[in-house]
Amino acid sequence: MRSIFTFKGGVHPPTHKSESTQSAIMQAATPSKLVIPLHQHAGIRSKPIVQIGERVLKGQIIGRPEGRLSAAVHASSSGIVSAIDLQLVAHHSGLPDLCITLIPDGKDEWIGHSGVDYKQTPHTELRHLLRLAGVVGLGGAVFPSDIKAYSNKHKIKTMVLNGAECEPYITCDDMLMRERADDILRGAELLRELLYADEIIIGIEDNKPEAIAAMRQSLGNGKHQHMEVISVPTVYPSGGAKQLIRILTGIEVAAGVRSTEKGVQCFNVATAYSAWRAIAHGEPLLSRIVTITGNVEQAQNFDVLLGTPVDELIAQAGLKPDTERYIMGGPMMGVDLPSASVGVTKATNCIIAASPVLFPPPPLELPCIRCTRCADVCPAELQPQDLFWFAKANNFGKAQDFHLFDCIECGACAYVCPSHIPLVQYYRYAKSEISAREQESQAAELARERHEYRQFRIEREKLEKAEKLAQKEKASQATKVATPTVPTTPDDEDASIQRRIEAALARAKEQAAANKPKNTEELTPQQKAEIAEIDARRAKAHELVSSGEKAE
Amino acid sequence: MWSSPFISTPSSVSQIMLRVLLALIPGIALYMWYFGPAILVSITLASITALATEAAMLKLRNRPIKPFLSDNSALLTAWLLALSIPPLAPWWLIVVGTAFAISVSKHLYGGLGNNPFNPAMVGYAVLIISFPVYMTHWLTPNALGHIELSFTEQVRYIFNGVLPAGLTLDAVTMATPLDTLKTQLHLSLSPEQIRNMPIFGYLAGKGSEMIAIGFAVGGIYLLFARIITWHLPVAFLASLFATSGIFYLADPGHYVAPLFHWFSGAAMLAAFFIITDPVTSPTTIKGKFIFAAGVGVLTYLIRVFGGFPDGVAFATLLLNICVPLIDAWTQPKVFGKKGGGK
Repeated sequence: MRSIFTFKGGVHPPTHKSESTQSAIMQAATPSKLVIPLHQHAGIRSKPIVQIGERVLKGQIIGRPEGRLSAAVHASSSGIVSAIDLQLVAHHSGLPDLCITLIPDGKDEWIGHSGVDYKQTPHTELRHLLRLAGVVGLGGAVFPSDIKAYSNKHKIKTMVLNGAECEPYITCDDMLMRERADDILRGAELLRELLYADEIIIGIEDNKPEAIAAMRQSLGNGKHQHMEVISVPTVYPSGGAKQLIRILTGIEVAAGVRSTEKGVQCFNVATAYSAWRAIAHGEPLLSRIVTITGNVEQAQNFDVLLGTPVDELIAQAGLKPDTERYIMGGPMMGVDLPSASVGVTKATNCIIAASPVLFPPPPLELPCIRCTRCADVCPAELQPQDLFWFAKANNFGKAQDFHLFDCIECGACAYVCPSHIPLVQYYRYAKSEISAREQESQAAELARERHEYRQFRIEREKLEKAEKLAQKEKASQATKVATPTVPTTPDDEDASIQRRIEAALARAKEQAAANKPKNTEELTPQQKAEIAEIDARRAKAHELVSSGEKAE
Repeated sequence: MWSSPFISTPSSVSQIMLRVLLALIPGIALYMWYFGPAILVSITLASITALATEAAMLKLRNRPIKPFLSDNSALLTAWLLALSIPPLAPWWLIVVGTAFAISVSKHLYGGLGNNPFNPAMVGYAVLIISFPVYMTHWLTPNALGHIELSFTEQVRYIFNGVLPAGLTLDAVTMATPLDTLKTQLHLSLSPEQIRNMPIFGYLAGKGSEMIAIGFAVGGIYLLFARIITWHLPVAFLASLFATSGIFYLADPGHYVAPLFHWFSGAAMLAAFFIITDPVTSPTTIKGKFIFAAGVGVLTYLIRVFGGFPDGVAFATLLLNICVPLIDAWTQPKVFGKKGGGK
């Protein structure tokens, strides 16, 4: 028996899991329309490659991955493309994003597809298949799995399979493990093969005994080697990738460091399942398990086609009338959905119907009394009370000194705060302010560089022109000297050329000073916004690439 | 925009403060048992003053009155101050001290959570500097063979300054055991001889040692209720023990044993109720040890070598000043950045 470790901090919120585990996963009905966002993964938005009015088949790629960090988006059922436009999406920004709206024809007609034997297929081919199948991390970070299933230059010793599911209410992984353990383990073997990992450790919180039993049974039947199911103590946030890695291996992966650098890679159980379906059966990621719970008649897990509008889905669980809001994800880190009509995405693990009774509004925020209950529960071992102080005072430099960006926004601090301070909001605010300022200064730096280069270039051109002119005159002078009409001494001649060069240079300088570069200064706000947006996208892509192993 | 987390524990500042108040009750009950009910009068006076001052200051600062008034923090300041000064004193003494503590040392610094100094200790310091004479008349414990005042006699003195005919204040009050010890040592009595005087009990002063035990019991409740952590009380008591122990071992003829210091004066009150004020103590574990140890050493030094009857208040205030520095110097390493690890 493997010995396990602990991480510091953590909280024990009421789990509310049994409500949604009373019945088996149910196939959700095909909705009247599918609103499929083209940006359901970390990285670059995929590009629509279908036309409005076009009939598409189930499993057909409708969004082509763009760039290295991207994933394909598919039609989750057969039907007609009715719109390609901006729609509200299930994302914490609350901003609309490009979606393809599909009206299912009810035939659910598959595109031709077939699986491959992963043992007979080159790894690059397998990764390409994962990318085309749109397989991304289903634990919430939706990071493209083909990128993660590559050990690069690091030697991966341990592959952690995350079945902890520590957030209250959510049971989709629990039910998936109970019902589809065989395919999860096969998927794990596939991912291990891609990583050349030695061992697989599957971490499941001990409040899911049925899932643990199912996985262990499947493990025995499948004759898997160097693979172990470990029951870990129930404490939130044990399902954070870095927390689970710590629990199972004792290794602490600092913020900004990839776990692969420490020889560990982590996948969610549902990701392993989807990877298996994609490779062995040629089935792209078209659906996922979603827990519907909270203020509903019968909380339950559904197998849901991606793009299914949340309101149509939740109606199948019997929505109670006093529902006010919908939380996507759990109550600790979830997102308040901007609308109930948004489509289910690859990141949608749970929808909680929230009523004022289940989720009463927070009491009045009182001042911080520095009681450090937040510090006691912080799994990143930060000093939340200090971060709060600095964020509130807009003292962002100090906030960064106190490791603001190590905060994983798990919400444990705000959960225990006796002053009911929405701490995570303060941290998000500080983080976004810092990012915005960095982008601004980067944009300014870029503008300055461009401006300087342009001046240099203009001056260089003038200089070259002047030199050319001078040489030309020198040449003509030389011919004139040959016919000595105006006798001039060579010294005089040189001096005049020198003068002319200097005059030309002065003119050039004058002009350069008068000619302010048009492309870097006095930009319209719109242009500035465009530049900022481009920079933001670049920075984000960069950040995503560099944080490859973000929480599953 | 509503944002995560969407749930929270039911704990609140008001509930935390209420539990601390509850934890003071064993000590207060023993206080009444040994010294009569005058302490109830001063606690009541302090409470009324604190709430009135708090409400007035909140109004002046344009802050909502009800949520802050019900956070119980002003009451706690009031109780701690009332327990720190002699109960048999003119009524205005506690009123002035409490009003100063709440208005100046709490609200002028920004109110709840923003005061660098422990308000109750500021109140005490102001009183002992401004009205030192009143601060030395401590009630003689009951059953010491002296004249006992009835409750009505105590109240009459507090509000009218009138003692029963034929009695002087000196007849019903005495110096604190710590003061007595200091004075008698100056008179070249040995600690042994002093300890045999009737005002001393098993561990320290008769009566007051029992109150200290009462506070310790309340403090242990706070530990188990997870209102406070063990770091501050343990570090403070250990430091006080060690400092007094060193002096005692070096010269038992002039210094008393550590246990006497534990159960004298405000040591137990400080250990569990005063230095554990989260607002004015460090937030880091290491910082808590440094802070509490510092208070322990200074308390001893002021008690034994200073001019005041007890050292807790000034020791606490002096270390309060250092809290930002201590916090800055003792920032712990964060997850994954401890170095030397795996």
